[in-house]
Amino acid sequence: MRRTLAVAVKELLQLRRDPRTLMALVGMPVILLLIYGFALSLDVRHIRLGVVDHDGGPAAREVQQAFLSSGYFDLAALRHDERALDHLFDTERVQAALVIPAGYGTALAAGRPATLQFVLDGSDAQMATTTLGYARQIVASLSPVVRKPGGLGPMRPVPLVWYNPDLSSTRFLIPGLLGFILMVTAVVATSLAVVREKERGTMESLRATPLVAIELLVGKTLPYLLIGSLAAAGAVALAWLLFNVPVSGSLFWLAVVTLLFLAGGLGWGVLISSLVDTQQVAFQAALISAMLPTLLLSGFIFPISSMPRVLQLITHIVPARYFLVALRGIVLKGTGPEAWGMQAVALVIYGAAVMLLATVRTVRSI
Amino acid sequence: MSSVQPTVIARELSRHFGDFVAVDRVSFEVAPGEIFGFLGSNGAGKTTTIRMLCGLLAPTSGSGSVLGLDIARDAHALKHRLGYMSQRFSLYTDLTVEENLRFWGGAAGLFGAHLRERASWALAMAGLEGRRRAQVRDLPGGFRQRLALATALLHSPSVVFLDEPTSGVDPEARRRFWELIDELAGEGRTVFVTTHAMDEAERCHRVALMHAGRLLALDTVPRLKDRFPSGSVLEISCPRAAQALDVLERTPGVSEEALFGERLHVVLDDPGRRDEVEAALSAAGFSPLEVRPISPSLEDAFIHTIRSAEERTRAGAAAAERGGAA
Repeated sequence: MRRTLAVAVKELLQLRRDPRTLMALVGMPVILLLIYGFALSLDVRHIRLGVVDHDGGPAAREVQQAFLSSGYFDLAALRHDERALDHLFDTERVQAALVIPAGYGTALAAGRPATLQFVLDGSDAQMATTTLGYARQIVASLSPVVRKPGGLGPMRPVPLVWYNPDLSSTRFLIPGLLGFILMVTAVVATSLAVVREKERGTMESLRATPLVAIELLVGKTLPYLLIGSLAAAGAVALAWLLFNVPVSGSLFWLAVVTLLFLAGGLGWGVLISSLVDTQQVAFQAALISAMLPTLLLSGFIFPISSMPRVLQLITHIVPARYFLVALRGIVLKGTGPEAWGMQAVALVIYGAAVMLLATVRTVRSI
Repeated sequence: MSSVQPTVIARELSRHFGDFVAVDRVSFEVAPGEIFGFLGSNGAGKTTTIRMLCGLLAPTSGSGSVLGLDIARDAHALKHRLGYMSQRFSLYTDLTVEENLRFWGGAAGLFGAHLRERASWALAMAGLEGRRRAQVRDLPGGFRQRLALATALLHSPSVVFLDEPTSGVDPEARRRFWELIDELAGEGRTVFVTTHAMDEAERCHRVALMHAGRLLALDTVPRLKDRFPSGSVLEISCPRAAQALDVLERTPGVSEEALFGERLHVVLDDPGRRDEVEAALSAAGFSPLEVRPISPSLEDAFIHTIRSAEERTRAGAAAAERGGAA
């Protein structure tokens, strides 16, 4: 224990002498969050909407108004004939069109079902899906108002989106981004820490001391756990202030889960540095092995459920996968351990496994 | 020496790296308080032997013990008891003198008042009392080596292994470093030191010569030099010494010849053949000739030892070939 502490103190002293590395460790997460936070948005806004109004009555105007005041749609063209739409879509003057049939207002007033036509440009499927989602939401929100007060008349499904009512993708992405940034920082930091000793030749002398492998590795990891926690706290605060993603759940559980995740990432970094001999190789291995799986296989951007079976199996060894579920739970839904307990257990297992492997490797590399 | 338990014992110690035999069945004993020199060129197997004795490398075969602890089974316990200064510089250059001492002391398991006391002892020993807050990178090489030695001694080990401790250090700093080694031996500590410098080997109580993984000779310096009959080592000064070397190579009665700067060292089969050799050189036109018998240097002794060993190996190989053909 004392020897572990001696290593940790030494590592902190060396970090203090190396302000560039220290700044990179604390500053990188914040800068990455700013860059990705603003650039990474799957939201679609200012969709150019064409309107063909055959009705022309007050109810029809109300529908148009609902679309235009939603903030998602801008009126790009107003026509009285559908045949004009082809041309508008071809020239990309509109991305979506709303067609209000004649007799829409009278049908509504008589309590008969009234239909609206919504035309989409499906060539950008991602955008079309999102746009359709917005349109459904707007029409749904309109229905009870248009209907007679009292809620009589035909039943309509009313979609309700929880946790992220405006389906803001930023809200969904920020937790993933936090996981991504922490993973990259943690792995890079520790992967360099042990290799540095090998490169400088101090490893040989360390091995001649009574210091055992686990003491060395844990001592090396502790300072980065501290710095990683500071960086994580900064990133969470920034997400709150800048991207309006407050933590709905318990800060305590957030800290616990984040520490578990960081420990796993740091362990992975230590494992890398026990396998390679130069800082350059360690850096590259750390960057690639931390970035790609966390970006692609964690459910950060691409849902795991829509991946091929083989990839789904592989995601089980990506720690960010578990962290993201727990993080989204705590930050967006405010859930407690009963909801994401298994994810936390998975993180513990991952951290213990990589640390064990790293220790075995370090002992063997004699 | 016979009544006292040896500090270091090596029995048929070997280490192979794949097909390469780095250390080949080496046996020796080192007594308490002895300065034991390990001499040999790079790649002779000195560092590999030291690493095995310090419990850093498992022997392929053979056994060894240090302070009564088995180097394979008790490697961890051993690390509490011995000091080791590796060939590569082992301090953190970006930390201060004091921070290094505190870290290496902590890694050795020292703490609190005991650690502080040992750290001030180390500062005094390295002569760095006034520079405890200096970063190690700013220290001259000699001070760095002294600090590295002091660091290896923080936990007061009774045996210390120094692997080429004075490489890259100026002669004055080297002299001061060896004064420290003498002091350690005076305190009863065992010092096991590797070197390829003859002047350093001369300061050891006993010297072991390693060559190509094998231990060729082990004795005190005077007795190593006594391997030649008196009058059989000659120093010859003549013009064009390098060409004279070729002549000597073909002269009967000359068993070894080597160029030492401008002069030649010649080892005769028999001291009585000196006149024959002089005549051969004069006949070949190397005059004026100045010949005088000298007492052999340690280097002469080592060249002699290595050459005889190589000849024996060649003879053995040739005999084996003949045996195979018949």
